[in-house]
Amino acid sequence: MDPLELIVAGGVLAAGTFAFRFAGPVLKARFTVSPKAEKLMARSAVVLLAALVAVAALTEGHEFAGYARPAGVLVGGVLAWRKAPFALVVVAAAATAALLRLAGVP
Amino acid sequence: MRSIWRTTTRVLGRDLLRDIGLVCLADTIVGISYGAIAVGSGFPIWAPMLLSVLVFAGASQFMFVGIIAAGGSPVAAVAAGLLANARHLPFGFAIGDVLGKRWSSRVVGSHLMIDESVAFALAQRDEERRKAAYWVCGIGLFVCWNVGVLAGAYAGTAISDTDAFGLDAAFPAVLLALVLPSLRDRAARLPVLVGVAVALATTPFLPAGLPVLLALVGVLAGVAAKEPAEREPEGVH
Repeated sequence: MDPLELIVAGGVLAAGTFAFRFAGPVLKARFTVSPKAEKLMARSAVVLLAALVAVAALTEGHEFAGYARPAGVLVGGVLAWRKAPFALVVVAAAATAALLRLAGVP
Repeated sequence: MRSIWRTTTRVLGRDLLRDIGLVCLADTIVGISYGAIAVGSGFPIWAPMLLSVLVFAGASQFMFVGIIAAGGSPVAAVAAGLLANARHLPFGFAIGDVLGKRWSSRVVGSHLMIDESVAFALAQRDEERRKAAYWVCGIGLFVCWNVGVLAGAYAGTAISDTDAFGLDAAFPAVLLALVLPSLRDRAARLPVLVGVAVALATTPFLPAGLPVLLALVGVLAGVAAKEPAEREPEGVH
């Protein structure tokens, strides 16, 4: 691909991404936000992150990601729910998926 | 600089700093693989580095590189990347306050807005910790991600398959661990359940990024479900 074309495409993606990131903090500062609206916005972020977790854990592209990855995330989730230390949650999730793959589970 | 660091350690505590450090480490490895994959699929070395500094959003960078490497048009690659990054708009509304009031800090802070920094901030109860967690995670990941990409771009295919280490499971687990405390609040459960269901149900058909945005339907469902329940006592009795 032509370098100039690549720079322009990357630049447009960067500018658009920055606009998404910048709009919230700037617009929010211009208005007084009620505590109720504040709560809804925080909840929206929680819902988005949860959806991201589900999609990232279970799917790859448009398809099922296989069993190893969701199994790892599930182990991490159970540990987190039982209030295990964060490091254990992350390492256990990765180790579960890695070991299952080593054992031949897709 | 040193005093800023000292204040930060005092506010965040060692445990939280270690947690953020762990995520940075994992991100470095994914960065290495991203740099290696991009260069391996024919991009010049500066291309993945430019994207990492200026775009700084892993999933959209992988998509951008993947689409162009597969022969897709730059327009399609940009559109896919932007769709994947649109979630930063609602993120900004949720955590905009932690960026402070100065324009310089808003500009820099906005660029550091990624899933992990938002999740670490949301998981903190008080204002000061929220701010510190956001900035430390954002700056830490920015540095580690870019160092990783640089290393991967030069070292080539040293680490190309991060799935073998289970890193693809580690990232959802990171976000899950950070989001779980919010789910102890009952009012958040219905919106999250509906949102997750909508996102999963639409993932097979819609382009990446859109299903996650559609999860916001769950927030509306939460609002709609709550209001009749509040009015019920006077209506029924």
